[in-house]
Amino acid sequence: MREAKKQGGLNAEIQSRIGHQLRAMYDDIVRQGVPERFVELVRKLDVPPPGPHVEDTGGETIKNNGRD
Amino acid sequence: MPLTDSLRDDILAAVPSLRAFAISLSGNGDRADDLVQETLLRALANIDSFQPGSNLPAWLFTILRNLFRSDYRKRRREVEDADGSYAKTLKTQPAQGAHLEFEEFRAALDKLPQDQREALILVGASGFSYEDAAAICGCAVGTIKSRVNRARSKLSALLYVDGAEDFGPDETVRAVIGGSG
Repeated sequence: MREAKKQGGLNAEIQSRIGHQLRAMYDDIVRQGVPERFVELVRKLDVPPPGPHVEDTGGETIKNNGRD
Repeated sequence: MPLTDSLRDDILAAVPSLRAFAISLSGNGDRADDLVQETLLRALANIDSFQPGSNLPAWLFTILRNLFRSDYRKRRREVEDADGSYAKTLKTQPAQGAHLEFEEFRAALDKLPQDQREALILVGASGFSYEDAAAICGCAVGTIKSRVNRARSKLSALLYVDGAEDFGPDETVRAVIGGSG
């Protein structure tokens, strides 16, 4: 791989190598899945009632309030 | 839209990729997970502003990216990854040779300007279209394309053209700034 840099016209090869390295780095993390702290956070957090604009939307936005 | 169980599942499904984006941007595992947590809290709190049927991952990435940018402005990248703390976030350490190459790649990525780094990650690793990446970064599609091209050229110069003087000036310059414009 290192010798190749001396030749011209190998841009495509280098670009493909960079693409692989980038995805390898990224996918290593993706494969770790979802840490438990985030599962709990997303599953359990209740949505706070809508902020100061409640009257704009009437009761529509809080109709899901008693969902659980 | 209301926070249904299926929407919660969809948000969770985006978390691995959000973490990868955060770690790639910040180079620091702990900080990245804080960033992801903050992103999820904001997303859940503002879920009524999410348009049903639109791109949920892109929406989440936008929140994370904006949080990172405001955080970044405050810190000016005080945390460098000189001791390889990024690699420690990985469950399995790469083998020796691969590890070196990996560190080299990571270091080169860190040398890119932030605009270019995030564009390259979004398009080259997260798999977003140029259009989605442009929406996430709040810029034109052409700008994203040019940033991605410049990022690729710069990485190739850093990683594979360390004897840049071996090239004629034309070729080197073209390789490095080929994507600008």
